[in-house]
Amino acid sequence: MKRYVYIGIVAFIVIVTYPFWSAGKAKKPEPKLDTPEIQKLVEKKCVEPKEFMKREHMKLLNQWRDAALRDGTRVYVNSEGKEFTVSLQNTCMKCHSNKKKFCDECHNYAGVKPYCWDCHIAPKEEEGQI
Amino acid sequence: MRIIGSLLLVIVLLLIAYAGSGPAGLTPLFGIVIPYIAIGIFILGFLWKLLKWARSYVPFRIPTTGGQQRSFPWIKWSRLDNPATGTGVIGRMVLEIFLMRSLFRNTRSEIVGTKLVHGSSKWLWIGAMAFHWAFFIVLIRHMRLFIEPVPGYVHFLESLDGFFQIGHPRLMMTGVVLIGAGVYLFLRRWYIPQVRYISLPADYFPLFLIIAIATTGVIMRYFTKTDIVAVKTLLLSLMTFSPQIPEKEKIDTIFYIHLFLVSALLAYFPFSKLMHLGGIFMSPTRNMANNLRVKRHVNPWDYPVKVHHYEEYENEFRDKMKASGIPVEKE
Ligand code: HEC
Ligand code: HEC
Ligand code: HEC
Repeated sequence: MKRYVYIGIVAFIVIVTYPFWSAGKAKKPEPKLDTPEIQKLVEKKCVEPKEFMKREHMKLLNQWRDAALRDGTRVYVNSEGKEFTVSLQNTCMKCHSNKKKFCDECHNYAGVKPYCWDCHIAPKEEEGQI
Repeated sequence: MRIIGSLLLVIVLLLIAYAGSGPAGLTPLFGIVIPYIAIGIFILGFLWKLLKWARSYVPFRIPTTGGQQRSFPWIKWSRLDNPATGTGVIGRMVLEIFLMRSLFRNTRSEIVGTKLVHGSSKWLWIGAMAFHWAFFIVLIRHMRLFIEPVPGYVHFLESLDGFFQIGHPRLMMTGVVLIGAGVYLFLRRWYIPQVRYISLPADYFPLFLIIAIATTGVIMRYFTKTDIVAVKTLLLSLMTFSPQIPEKEKIDTIFYIHLFLVSALLAYFPFSKLMHLGGIFMSPTRNMANNLRVKRHVNPWDYPVKVHHYEEYENEFRDKMKASGIPVEKE
C-alpha cells in the first residue's frame, strides 16, 4: 500500500511544480513600430494613448466593430478630438502593417489568438520587410 | 455570524492586498514574497498531510460500498461499486474523481403527509460538477501566463471555452460558470435549513474566497483590464526563480489583489477541507478492493493473546463451583 502513496507523492510534486519546470526562458515581446506609415507620422501617436491601447485595444476594436456594423458610425473621435475611420484593415493595419512583428508578437506571448483574420485580410508581409 | 464572519475575513484579505500593494506600494511583498511563501506552505503542507494520512494503519479492507460484492456467479456482482480487483478500483476511482459518482447517488428524505419518502437529488451533484470542472479548466487556462511558449492544449481549451465568441476579450464560459456555481453552492448552504445548521465558517470561507478570486479575475479580464504582457513577465520571472517586478510597465492593484487572494487560498489549502483534493485518493472506502472473501488479510500487529478459556477455568475452579452448586461440564 505504501508504494502507492510514494507514487502519489511523486505525481503530486511533478504536477504542482509543472509551471516551474516548464516555464521556459522569458523573451519579452517587443512590438515593432517601424512601419512606413508610422515613420511618416509627425507625432508618433496611436488612436488613443499608448497605455490605453496596450490594455484596451481589444475593447476598442469591439466598440469599433459594433459602431460600424450595428450603428453605421464609421468615424471615431478619439479623446483628443482627432478623427479616425473605423476600420480594422484600413486604419489599424495601415499603420501597423507589420502584423507579425506587432500584433502577433504580443499575442503569442499572451496566448491569445484573435480570430479576426479568418475573414479580415491581414496586411501582406514579406520576410525581411521593415 | 458564521456567514458574516467568513465574508468579513475575505473582505479583510481584500483590503490588506489593496492597501498593501496600492497606497503602501509594497508590490515586491505582494508580487514576490507572499506568493513564494504561499506556494511553499501549499506544497509542504500538502505533503505533510499526505504522509500523516499514509501513516495511519489500514490493516483490513473496508467494504462499505453501495453494491453487491462478488459472490456466486448467479448473484449479480456490481463491479464498479464493489470491485474485487485493482482494475475495478481504478475504474471506481476514475468515475469518482471525474464524475463524482458517489455524489450522484445523493438522496433526500422528506416527510410527505405522514410518510417518509426517499428520493434522488441531483442538484448538489450538478452544482459541484459545474464548480469543479469550471475551476479546473480556469486553472489550466492560466498556464498561458506561466509557460512560454504557450502549450497547444491551452489554446485548444481557450478556443472551446470561448466558443461563442462573445465580445473582446472573448468571453470564457468557465469564468461565468465558476462564479455562478459558487454562488449557487453558497445559496444552497444558506437556504436549506439542515445544510445551514451543519455549515461552519470552514465551509463558507473557502467558498467566499474562491468566489472572490474568480470575481477579481473576471473584473481584471473584462472590465478594468491590466497589462497582461507585464503580468506574464512577472509570473515567468517567479517561475524561473529570478523574481522581478516589471519596472517600466505598471501592473494594476487589482492584479495584486487577485494574486494575494490566490496566495491565501494556497496557504490555507492544506489545513482545510479543500484537502479533499488529496484525500479523495486516500479514501479507504473508495480505494480498496473488496477481496475479503478471496484473500486473507492478517492484522500486521497481531500478537499471541494470552487466553484463558472455559475448560481451563473450570479445571481451576471445579471444586469451588461444585461446592457452591454451580453446574460443571466435566465431573
Ligand atoms: C496613425 C497610425 C496608427 C493607427 C491608425 C493605429 N496605431 Fe496603434 N500605434 C501607433 C503608434 C505610433 C504607436 C506607439 C505609441 C507610443 O509609443 O506612444 C501605437 C501603439 C499601439 C499599441 C501599443 C503597443 C505597445 O508597444 O505597447 C497597440 C496595442 C496598438 N497601437 C494597437 C492599435 C490598434 C488596435 C489600432 C486600431 C484600432 C491602432 N493601433 C491604430 C500608430 C497607430
Ligand atoms: C466572420 C467573418 C469575420 C470575422 C471573424 C471578423 N470580422 Fe470584422 N467584419 C466582417 C465583415 C463582413 C465586416 C463588414 C465590413 C464592412 O461593412 O465594412 C466587418 C467589419 C469590421 C469592422 C468595421 C469595419 C472595417 O472596415 O473594419 C471592424 C472594426 C471589425 N470588423 C473588427 C473585427 C475584429 C476586431 C475581429 C476579430 C476579433 C473581426 N472583425 C472578426 C467579418 C468578420
Ligand atoms: C502590447 C502587446 C499587444 C499588441 C501590440 C497587440 N495586442 Fe492585441 N492583445 C494583447 C493582449 C495581452 C491580449 C489579451 C488580453 C486578455 O487576455 O485579456 C490581446 C487581445 C486582443 C484581442 C482579443 C482576442 C480575444 O480573443 O480575446 C484582439 C481582437 C486583439 N488583441 C487585436 C490586436 C490587433 C489587431 C493588434 C495589432 C494592430 C494587437 N492586438 C496588438 C496584447 C497586444
